[in-house]
Amino acid sequence: MNILVLLKQVPDTTEMKIDKEKGTLIREGVPTITNPDDLAGMEVALRLKDKYGAKVTAVTMGPPQAENMLRELYAMGADHAVLLTDRKFSGADTWATSNTLAAFIKQVDFDLIIAGRQAIDGDTAQVGPQTAEKLGLPQISYVDDVLEFSKEKIVVKKALENNYEVLECSLPCVITTLSTIAKPRYMRVMGISHAFEKDITIKTFDDLNIDPAIIGLKGSPTKVKKTFTKEVHSNSDILHLDGKASARKVAEILMDMNFIGK
Amino acid sequence: MNIAEYKDIYVFCEERENKIHDSSLELLGEAVRLVKDRPSLNYKVVGVVIGDHSDELAKMAGHYGADKVIFLHNEKLKHYSTEIYTELFMDLIKNDKPDIILIPATVLGRDLAPRIAARCDTGLTADATKLDFDPENKESALLYVTRPAFGGNLFGTIINETKRPQMTTIRPGVMEPVHRDPERDFQFDKREVSIDHIEDKVKLIEVLQKDNMAVDITKADIILSGGRGIGDNFHVLEECAKMIGAEVGASRGAVDKGFIGKDHQVGQTGKTVRPKVYIACGISGAVQHLAGMEKSDYIIAINKDPDAAIFSVANIGLVGDALEILPLLTEEIRLYRERPY
Repeated sequence: MNILVLLKQVPDTTEMKIDKEKGTLIREGVPTITNPDDLAGMEVALRLKDKYGAKVTAVTMGPPQAENMLRELYAMGADHAVLLTDRKFSGADTWATSNTLAAFIKQVDFDLIIAGRQAIDGDTAQVGPQTAEKLGLPQISYVDDVLEFSKEKIVVKKALENNYEVLECSLPCVITTLSTIAKPRYMRVMGISHAFEKDITIKTFDDLNIDPAIIGLKGSPTKVKKTFTKEVHSNSDILHLDGKASARKVAEILMDMNFIGK
Repeated sequence: MNIAEYKDIYVFCEERENKIHDSSLELLGEAVRLVKDRPSLNYKVVGVVIGDHSDELAKMAGHYGADKVIFLHNEKLKHYSTEIYTELFMDLIKNDKPDIILIPATVLGRDLAPRIAARCDTGLTADATKLDFDPENKESALLYVTRPAFGGNLFGTIINETKRPQMTTIRPGVMEPVHRDPERDFQFDKREVSIDHIEDKVKLIEVLQKDNMAVDITKADIILSGGRGIGDNFHVLEECAKMIGAEVGASRGAVDKGFIGKDHQVGQTGKTVRPKVYIACGISGAVQHLAGMEKSDYIIAINKDPDAAIFSVANIGLVGDALEILPLLTEEIRLYRERPY
């Protein structure tokens, strides 16, 4: 069995700060992490490997520094890591990204593709389904648990707003995982030492049989017209009261609005 | 592609519990606003309903602002299927040539929209919070789609100049529906569709209910919300919430630390809420949190740090320790209720 896991290296958005004077993001010193939904997907793949035996390949598209992330995934237990990197790939929207990922995936054998549901930098949740479409594969998104796995099929639990669905799909297929599906394991000490000896397969534009018109910034149908940060306006009364007076203040507001009946 | 052939705004109407879900009614309302904003385009609002539903359900789209309802009906289509819905939408796009397709950014919408967009090779913007026609050209039908990114730290306005339809998913709870009018005139176009030729490899085995912990904070009048500053003390919020009739909300920080379940999360990656009163306790006010609650009617912020960003969106700010203030508030209300007069 071959499992491909699609991952993205992202800035840790919880660490981002705004330069209030310039109204821009401060990117310097923001650490990069493996996108949480993707890392959970890697953990699912590794558990399936532990239980059923499988070869797990981590695939990412990104700048050369994404190698660091792939080394960490080797240390977790990935068998193989692939980096799709080329200036021609950069600036891609989700459609162009999916075209690139699919062009690579068409070259390899696989039974199951796992992608994180969405990345914390863009929050689109589109690359998994769009890659599935470009490969002509069925998809199940928002997967919260894998219940059964065999050579023929996978049975999963999908999380919706108010309930779950148990869905079955024949292989090959694409599932997208929520970060809650599995707590990622730590890197193994043995794994860390091996991680730097293992080769990372680098694929550039010339290695993929792909039309340059459907990739990267130029191939992307959506364009970013402008970006801006939220203007912060101060219109509030800020009161320094003791605990008792603060509690009374809140109580008065709620009573004035008729929320507190007898 | 001849872009001029494409016209009108199509809204995918998602059914839930035998009604068109609020998130789709909001999009119909937004489409009505857009069309009115640019009368020179002479665009219609078209509601798209798919499934084995009753005509009555499909007509609800007309009562909420659609000029035309296209109802793709098949008795066998009892539940959502990515492949069948995508294929039916593709036929609709080829046949009717919509300029704009709006889909709610629900779990279903975010499963379906990328699939359709990839199949017809058009652009798709995710989870938008604001829509406008090109402000620089008064005749243009180019949609300016604004959405938060980087955890709400940055906003981007996205356009798609080269491909049609222009597709976007839109965050639930942000747009305003129009008032229901059962007397409204609209065109009802019911089409019996065949699905026998479509192979769906995904099979629904069963539907499991979530435990009763699945709260719906988006319906609450008052939300009492806690952040990392509350730590492992959410029981203090829960007691107070019970007393004042509130639901408990939380910031991403608190949810990520496991202090409270994800169903309670407010913000960019959680729920968008607009209660009558939002009480933020020990929440610093990361942009991604503010994005989910700043439209609340009245915001009370309690934080030990007088410089906390949450105060910038609050109507009233109290500098202090929420863990001290909330039990006193609970007590204050209890005493008020127990007074004999």
